[in-house]
Amino acid sequence: MPEKLDELIDTFQMFDPADRTSMLLSYADQFKEVPPSIATRPFPESHHVPQCESDAYVWALKQPDSTMKFYFAVENPSGVSAKALAAILDKTLSGLPAKEIATVNCDIVEKIFRQNISMGKGMGLMSMVNAVQALARRASQS
Amino acid sequence: MAPIEQRGYAHPEALVSTDWVEQHLKDPKVRLVESNEDTLLYSSGHVPGAVHVDWTSDLNDQIRRDYITRNGFEALMSKIGAEKDTTVVFYGDKNNWWACYAFWVFQLFGHTNAKVMDGGRVKWQKENRSLSRDVPSYSKTSYKATERTDTPHRAFRDDVMGHLKKQGQLVDVRSPEEYAGTRMHMPDYPNEGALRGGHIPGAKSIPWAKAINPDDGTFKTADELKKLYCEDNKLSPKNETIAYCRIGERSSHTWFALKYLLGFDNIRNYDGSWTEWGNLVGVPIEK
Repeated sequence: MPEKLDELIDTFQMFDPADRTSMLLSYADQFKEVPPSIATRPFPESHHVPQCESDAYVWALKQPDSTMKFYFAVENPSGVSAKALAAILDKTLSGLPAKEIATVNCDIVEKIFRQNISMGKGMGLMSMVNAVQALARRASQS
Repeated sequence: MAPIEQRGYAHPEALVSTDWVEQHLKDPKVRLVESNEDTLLYSSGHVPGAVHVDWTSDLNDQIRRDYITRNGFEALMSKIGAEKDTTVVFYGDKNNWWACYAFWVFQLFGHTNAKVMDGGRVKWQKENRSLSRDVPSYSKTSYKATERTDTPHRAFRDDVMGHLKKQGQLVDVRSPEEYAGTRMHMPDYPNEGALRGGHIPGAKSIPWAKAINPDDGTFKTADELKKLYCEDNKLSPKNETIAYCRIGERSSHTWFALKYLLGFDNIRNYDGSWTEWGNLVGVPIEK
């Protein structure tokens, strides 16, 4: 597990439900949509995260130093959780080598969201993590 | 979309518009209640003054598969500062699916002074109306509820079995794939453990969201709903009807549409739904 993500999960584990909710909202507020230099609407289906009701998209760029940079879009205005997770993934994984990011497992969703995971969004959020992992795996093999 | 009172509903007073809510934001006799599937959504911003009622932690018994008791309901109403004459207005995500579920549970305790905000969160947001993160605090009340009375609104498995034998009207509001038994859960949702797929014999397949205009989450007009339920699917408002889904949430939306918008007076929601029926030993199932 990448160190920054591991530390963040530890922090989430220490929080009570109210603090965890505040922290998730704080990440959602920090969410930045993919810049036009990377992608513009309509976003291509090839970047669409399957099973995500928040209509999330993800892009990965391999930098010259072989580290990765992730970008996200969340089309559903109620997609607060997807925005929070996108911000978390960007802040903890962008800048790392693809090989390291490929070790991330979708079980982090349960550890981060805990009581804030509803039945409809759990699979979509896990799909976001799986999409990031798949992009990292592909990049690490190229 | 035509104003609510011009849509031909049997009980138009059960619905209020976003304009009505905007005009009653500071009305002390109105309590806005947001009920969502997404537990983060209320905290991220809600209609100013609205309280949060969570379907799992506030409305369900935390041990048995059942709803809260009279004491629990009194405590909830006290917490949200509601009295007997408070008009409770429900709204939420997913086109008011959870709002209708909360509305339905409130009817088990006879709080009939209840309404649903047409279009729910999606319409409020699309109209760029204000949202607030301030969690309001209301003075506690000493709400006295009656004992929970399930019979008029809630069907249990034995009721469904008896209804089935009489070839009564049954509405399966799940997706066509769940109805056909090719899928054991909603698209994109986890399987919550039904051992068998299919539907209760004789049930009509009418997915719940067909009652909604997808653009703004408002209910369709009475004529459109009549075509869907009464003409295309041959349901009669005069006949006893039971609606079901997976755990009774989607079907409470259909229950609301049939009861209040089309005037099905004798309709109940089978909240045991497929997570019960699909696990019962020996009950008939059709695919």
